[in-house]
Amino acid sequence: MGGAWASAGQRPFAVAPQCRGAAAPYGRDAISFRNATAPVRVYSGDMLEVKGLHKRYGYLVAVEEVSFVARPGEMVGLLGPNGAGKTTTVSMIAGLLAPDRGEVRIEGGVVRGETDPVKMRLGLVPQEVALHDELSARENLALFGAIYNMRGAALANAMEAAFDVAGLTDRAKDRVGTFSGGMKRRLNLAAAMLHGPRILLLDEPTVGVDPQSRNQIFSSLEELKRQGKTLVYTTHYMEEAERLCDRIIIIDHGKVIANDTLAAVRRLVPSVNVIEIGVENPGRDGWLSGLRVLEGVSAAEWDGSTLRVTVRDLLESSPRVLVWLRERDYACTYLTSQRADLETVFLTLTGRSVRNA
Amino acid sequence: MSYTAFQALVRRDLRLFFLDKRAVTMSFVAPIAIASFFGYIFGGVTQDSPPSKIKVAIVNQDDNEISRKVVAVLAGDAALDVTPRALAEARELVRGGKITVAAVIPSRFAERAGKSLFRSGDKPEIQLLYDPSHATEVQVVRGVLMQHVMEVVSRETLGGPGSQRLVDDAMRDLDKSGMKPADQAALRRMLQGVGEWNQRQNANPQGQANSGFSMPYTVGQEAVTARRGVKYNSMAHSFAGMCVQFILFMGIDAGMVVLNQRRTGLWKRLQAAPLSRYTMIGSRAASAAIVAMVIMLTVFSFARLVFGVRIEGSFAGFLGVCVAFAIMTAMFGLLVAVLGKTPEATRGIAILVTLILVMLGGSWVPAFIFPQWLQNVSFAVPTRWAVDGLDAMVWRGSGFNAAVGPIGALLAFAAGFGAIAVWRFRWETEA
Repeated sequence: MGGAWASAGQRPFAVAPQCRGAAAPYGRDAISFRNATAPVRVYSGDMLEVKGLHKRYGYLVAVEEVSFVARPGEMVGLLGPNGAGKTTTVSMIAGLLAPDRGEVRIEGGVVRGETDPVKMRLGLVPQEVALHDELSARENLALFGAIYNMRGAALANAMEAAFDVAGLTDRAKDRVGTFSGGMKRRLNLAAAMLHGPRILLLDEPTVGVDPQSRNQIFSSLEELKRQGKTLVYTTHYMEEAERLCDRIIIIDHGKVIANDTLAAVRRLVPSVNVIEIGVENPGRDGWLSGLRVLEGVSAAEWDGSTLRVTVRDLLESSPRVLVWLRERDYACTYLTSQRADLETVFLTLTGRSVRNA
Repeated sequence: MSYTAFQALVRRDLRLFFLDKRAVTMSFVAPIAIASFFGYIFGGVTQDSPPSKIKVAIVNQDDNEISRKVVAVLAGDAALDVTPRALAEARELVRGGKITVAAVIPSRFAERAGKSLFRSGDKPEIQLLYDPSHATEVQVVRGVLMQHVMEVVSRETLGGPGSQRLVDDAMRDLDKSGMKPADQAALRRMLQGVGEWNQRQNANPQGQANSGFSMPYTVGQEAVTARRGVKYNSMAHSFAGMCVQFILFMGIDAGMVVLNQRRTGLWKRLQAAPLSRYTMIGSRAASAAIVAMVIMLTVFSFARLVFGVRIEGSFAGFLGVCVAFAIMTAMFGLLVAVLGKTPEATRGIAILVTLILVMLGGSWVPAFIFPQWLQNVSFAVPTRWAVDGLDAMVWRGSGFNAAVGPIGALLAFAAGFGAIAVWRFRWETEA
């Protein structure tokens, strides 16, 4: 709290000139990647402040006392398995759900009512591809611009920029139904950026996306970050969070179990290493129970092809693990080791793999 | 309310509707095709075209001059399609549904019928074998048969070539009848008079045609429509009925759109924007009402151009009923969106409810053929008011006053549905 606007600053983001002024009161920051020399406005405080959010469905507590802040130019990753409470948290931030307790502040202000102009500062990329397949890409963007009261030249320029960002300029007139999954995801993102929000909420925006489109989306997000946008990114792909996010919030069963920078979160399990072993003849259910209680072993997970064993001391514990496997006649095909990644952090903090949780 | 957003959402809905070939077919082609079919089978454009005849088989077991004349007269009746058959064959045809009724004229029919004119006793029985699924038509055949048999038998008895023998037989039977002497004498005098009448008629063959009983009245008919000279066009009612039915189906689709938008995340986008709930559902209702109006005007324009269905009553009243029904449909659509959980589960129930509303409203068959209690019940459904209102304005030729009731009732239903929709609408999106 206590932030203020300055005429220039350390985290610049471009302002599309066509959306400035009284004619487009909420569109002054409409996105323009090509306008790098445009005037810069900076908010020095927390762009997004989430305080003690709590949501319950009957006996199920979906989100419990979730708090965090996000600053301009920062990308916050909400990590957790399916059902952890990530989407519920994002829904409460976006105003789709009313929290039972807690509050959301955007640039220091609380959203009051459905039509509060503060909502103009938010852009939501839903988990679903929220587009009309029957309409052209241009018609879709025109609609989503219009619901933010954009029209005329401002809308046309913002659409042009959005198509440019999404790499879909040459497909603007085509029906969305003819697009590939990746193209739809890129347009899904472009639709949320059209009105120039300062905060972008991205709910698993790369589900079902091919590697090429995924990289394009990542590049777009990194560009937005450079422009000073605040991004909240939910995912259960740890490698995405590692690549993109400045701050990691790990959620499990609705609770925040870690909230810090990527480096700091990694330091939560400083001496953790992971041994990956290929096993040709795994045992039946429960075959790893003996391995898990070996001295020095923190966790052991079998994903169908690879055995991942988390150990505190690589040199001391690895021989013990291999001996345990050999004594039980498990055939090992390869052995690798790596330092702790977010997957390992999650595994260590919760005792479960994020994908199997 | 943001008018830019409102207009954009309405435009979006209209564009999506007209891009959907299934929706367009169901909303425009289906009502026109089905209304044309119903209109045709219920009488077509005018009453000038002959009605379909009832198929009747005649089994003549008498083979007498009089019974042959009965068969000939029946064959000439405009309401019947008569073919002579043997008894077994006729029975089989009726059982197979090929023929509606078979009339069996028994042996000695002419003789016994002639005598029975003057006294009760040994009356011959004409057996009617009928298809039970056509019970109403049996009554028509029965009436036609009664008229023609009475005319032929009385004419033959009182003036035909065999009439004197019938009179002589009757006078002979008088002696054995056991009647009181005075009654016998009176009847004998009447029979002698009939005999004398027969002799006079036989001397003048032209007069034979006028002998016997005939219907003591004739019937004049006038279909009371908008005004004299305007013929009833059964297309008018069927187009009104089918219009109502398929517009309600469109209303269901309008509700389905909201449920689908919830599923595809589009609703989240709208909720995340600074839009009021009234903009979101109001735009949905407005677009549904506009589509309903376009359907009604298109379907009635087709009826006007192809079948000559005219708005014989108040045009303002017609437009008023159309607008009120369009608004009611929009609110009905919102109600579907509110009460439904998933599109799949909701569609089936909504269609069932719509079909019941349409049936009770008299869209398929006019409500006046319902039992009285059902007619009273039918005023509790909006479709009855819509169909009655459209009928009144289109072919009954009523003035605007007759539209006020239906318009008021439809708007009241719309207000009720809309209130429930707003009350029960799930504004929050479950994660």
